[in-house]
Amino acid sequence: MIYFELFYVFFSIGLFTIGGGYAMIPMIEDQVVSRGWLSMEELMNFFAIAESTPGPFAVNTATLVGFDQGGILGAIVATASVILPSFIIILIIARFITNFLKYEKVQWALNGIKSIIVGMIAAVIVNLIFQNVFGGAFEMQSFDFVALGIMAVILGLRLFFKKLNPIFLIILSGILGILFYHFWPM
Amino acid sequence: MNRNLSLFLTFLKIGAFTFGGGYAMIPLISHELVEKKKWITEEEMINMIAIAESTPGVIAVNSATFVGYKIGKFWGSLLATLGVVLPSLAVIIVVALFFEDFLAIPIVANAFRGIRAGVIVLIISACVKLYKFSPKTVIGYSLMAIGLFVSLFVEFRYLSFLLILFGLVVGIGSQMIIRKVRGDKQ
Repeated sequence: MIYFELFYVFFSIGLFTIGGGYAMIPMIEDQVVSRGWLSMEELMNFFAIAESTPGPFAVNTATLVGFDQGGILGAIVATASVILPSFIIILIIARFITNFLKYEKVQWALNGIKSIIVGMIAAVIVNLIFQNVFGGAFEMQSFDFVALGIMAVILGLRLFFKKLNPIFLIILSGILGILFYHFWPM
Repeated sequence: MNRNLSLFLTFLKIGAFTFGGGYAMIPLISHELVEKKKWITEEEMINMIAIAESTPGVIAVNSATFVGYKIGKFWGSLLATLGVVLPSLAVIIVVALFFEDFLAIPIVANAFRGIRAGVIVLIISACVKLYKFSPKTVIGYSLMAIGLFVSLFVEFRYLSFLLILFGLVVGIGSQMIIRKVRGDKQ
């Protein structure tokens, strides 16, 4: 039955990937394409939609694939399956971590992890700027001044009005995108 | 208002406005739960995110479950997780039902182009926050540089897992060596 298969596929994707949504891409490709659920091209379209709708990327992809295979119930099953491992594992960790945190070695480990993650997020930022501002190439034609302008406005607002709700900034970026890409393109 | 209900509504809001996954969510959690509600401290949040990042599963879901548990034990974690996932589930089902090709609608595509640029700034603030709580030592800075450059130039399926493991091992190992050297001198 398709629901059991969806459960199996997305539960294992949730269980065996560390490092979040994008680390899941190869595993989703393996599972979904090899089962003949989607062609590679269809899956790429799903990734594009998952990336531009609110919510975690992996959850969105699971919902889309689940919906495609088993309608609304399929979407719910796939989504629940991909988050279930997280939920169980974190519950267990959260239950014990307060006791763990007092150990020196746990603090040391956490310090090492935090430092490496700072570098990893910095790499994500570099990649995002390369894709969205430079347009994926070091050429004048592909440089996106609007994207740079939006970043500058949001950064300025965040620096000078620290209490501003980030949700407002996201809505503002969307509005600026509509205004300067759609109505008054440069 | 009931604390768990309020937690659910807060994560519903966070889920609805998280574009781009786990990292982009950090400023939202910080604004809602650290600054406005003061339910957790910034340092607790950063520790939880570092742990969420190093355990299997979707980072955004891991973080929501973890923060939820901290605030309201089991029910808190369940409601926070449901809250963060429900908006994407609903949006994706609506998109899949009614829009054959959602991203082909020009005004939608342009809004998302704007949002992608704005979200980069939110990810930068997440990175800065994490940096604030990382050790400012030679080892800390080296780990950051390694995380950045290895992620940028190496492409490998289990890279994020290996990097986090590396951070953990170096974090503990370096402190043990420092201890040992100091101990020998005395």
